[in-house]
Amino acid sequence: MTRGLLIRRRISNVLMLSLTGVCTALVLGVLFFILGYITYHGISALDWDFFTQLPKPVGESGGGMANAIVGTVKLLALASLIGVPIGFLGGVYLSEYGRKTTAGFLIRYAADILNGIPSIVMGIFAYTIVVLPMGHFSTVAGGVALGIMMIPIAVRSTEEFLKLVPDSIREAALALGLTEWKVVSFVVIPTAFRGIVTGIMLDLARVSGETAPLLFTAFSNRFWSRGWLEPTASLPVMIYTYAVAPYDDWHRQAWAAGMVLLLLVLGANLLSRLILRRQLKG
Amino acid sequence: MVRSSISPFRFAAFHRPGVSPADRFFRATVFTVAMSVLLIMGVIAFELVRNSRLPIAKFGWGFLWGTTWDPVAERFGALPFLYGTLVSSALALLIAVPVGLGVAIFLSELAPRWLSDPVTFLVELLAAIPSVIYGLVGIFVLVPLIRNSLEPLLSAALGFLPFFQGAPYGVGMLTAGLLLAMMVVPFVVSVSREILMAVPHSQREAVLSLGATQWEMVRIAVLPYARSGIMGSIFLALARALGETMAVTMVIGNRPEIRLSLFEPGYTMAAVIANEFTEATSDLYVQTLVEIGLVLFAVTILVNALARLLIYNVFTKVEVRE
Repeated sequence: MTRGLLIRRRISNVLMLSLTGVCTALVLGVLFFILGYITYHGISALDWDFFTQLPKPVGESGGGMANAIVGTVKLLALASLIGVPIGFLGGVYLSEYGRKTTAGFLIRYAADILNGIPSIVMGIFAYTIVVLPMGHFSTVAGGVALGIMMIPIAVRSTEEFLKLVPDSIREAALALGLTEWKVVSFVVIPTAFRGIVTGIMLDLARVSGETAPLLFTAFSNRFWSRGWLEPTASLPVMIYTYAVAPYDDWHRQAWAAGMVLLLLVLGANLLSRLILRRQLKG
Repeated sequence: MVRSSISPFRFAAFHRPGVSPADRFFRATVFTVAMSVLLIMGVIAFELVRNSRLPIAKFGWGFLWGTTWDPVAERFGALPFLYGTLVSSALALLIAVPVGLGVAIFLSELAPRWLSDPVTFLVELLAAIPSVIYGLVGIFVLVPLIRNSLEPLLSAALGFLPFFQGAPYGVGMLTAGLLLAMMVVPFVVSVSREILMAVPHSQREAVLSLGATQWEMVRIAVLPYARSGIMGSIFLALARALGETMAVTMVIGNRPEIRLSLFEPGYTMAAVIANEFTEATSDLYVQTLVEIGLVLFAVTILVNALARLLIYNVFTKVEVRE
């Protein structure tokens, strides 16, 4: 009787614990499948034209996505212009002045909630404040949408890395007679600099793959986009357009673009991990 | 995260009543910039309401339970999209929560450090893959797989249920739910894992010393202690699933109808905005889509606000006990 119970408990123990292992294997399996599948189809589709040519007119095969690559770079530059200063200074406030204050709590809470707002809603927002007044789609509108999306993560990661700087360092600097703003600008921020840059890099990697907020802000363009006021193509939107289109050659290029985008995003993630590990060791 | 203390500058300011003008300027600058985060939230809400006043005036609350979506006759009801969003997200959670919790338990309780760290990194990598790439894999791998294998299998085994009837299209609610599940699993895992690791060791040791097996320890001591945080991680995943756009748009079939069967195509709030925004011709049509965005905004804010409170709660509890 008690022996039977014991065996049953042992069996359920082994069973449930192995199930957690199975779950882990399943999730990792999905990851490796996606990476493998994209690489497999992407490598065979990738050629030099992809990086140097404009898209060919519908019906002709060949061509590339040079304009979309440049477009993505321009969009990211604009997004950083908005997201990095606001996110960085906001993070400085939260870590240096707002640790246990009501304002600090509210801003932190708002940043976390802002981070969870669907990207498509950010697209609508950028549409209403940039596209409607201007009257047409533009690179700027896309940059604004992505820039606002960058803010919450930039704020929170800057805050976390600044908090890792021990208070004893701040106190030592204050004791030497430095004023508050000099302590923050010339002691605290340089100490956490590498971490902050890593956080912003990850933030950029995240918005670089965003498609939904660009659909009706930066829109798309089959030619070069001159200046900042014309609609522009971007890699994620091109992947979407090409994947849902009925042409085989477009599907091939969608795989190539998918692989480039994936390399960009995963590369940033791996790089940041290496940088942080070295910082922890050093 | 836990070791936040009151900033030393508060003491510095306390001991030196006259803070220098440069310091005051610096403080004011970072404070103003930080407050802009709150401002942005407010402006988003304002702009969404302002730009959906036409449909709000015309349809009122009835918009939320109207079932007709006829852009030609300009009769708009949002219920099919609400239904599609809720069902696809529920389906995603039904799969992602047990699997995600399993992974979190494995990582926090079973795996040794050398295994747990890289695996955590890999699982979080899953969250870094752009949505449109999930969509790409969804269209070319998941859809044929579901059309040719999973749907025939399900209708043969469970075809007596209304959820698994009809022709296997491949695109539809089931596919969207599965793809969403893959996308939100990392959110369940990374938050739950941190929460489980924050459960004090004394909790585990107490139950183990009474003779519990390792699984019983997880079930009796760890999970109940972490309950509110795990709920938080589930709400966080829910908010992601509700607002997910590209991948869902690419596989759900985009048909604004309410069907009980999971094999049938559906439509979600995010997907209808993505598909029809640039095609919308009249002001009323565009503003109706903005209003759908407003509903999505309101729902995700509520879910996120709840999720964050639950998660903060766990960490402050731990902080106090330490």
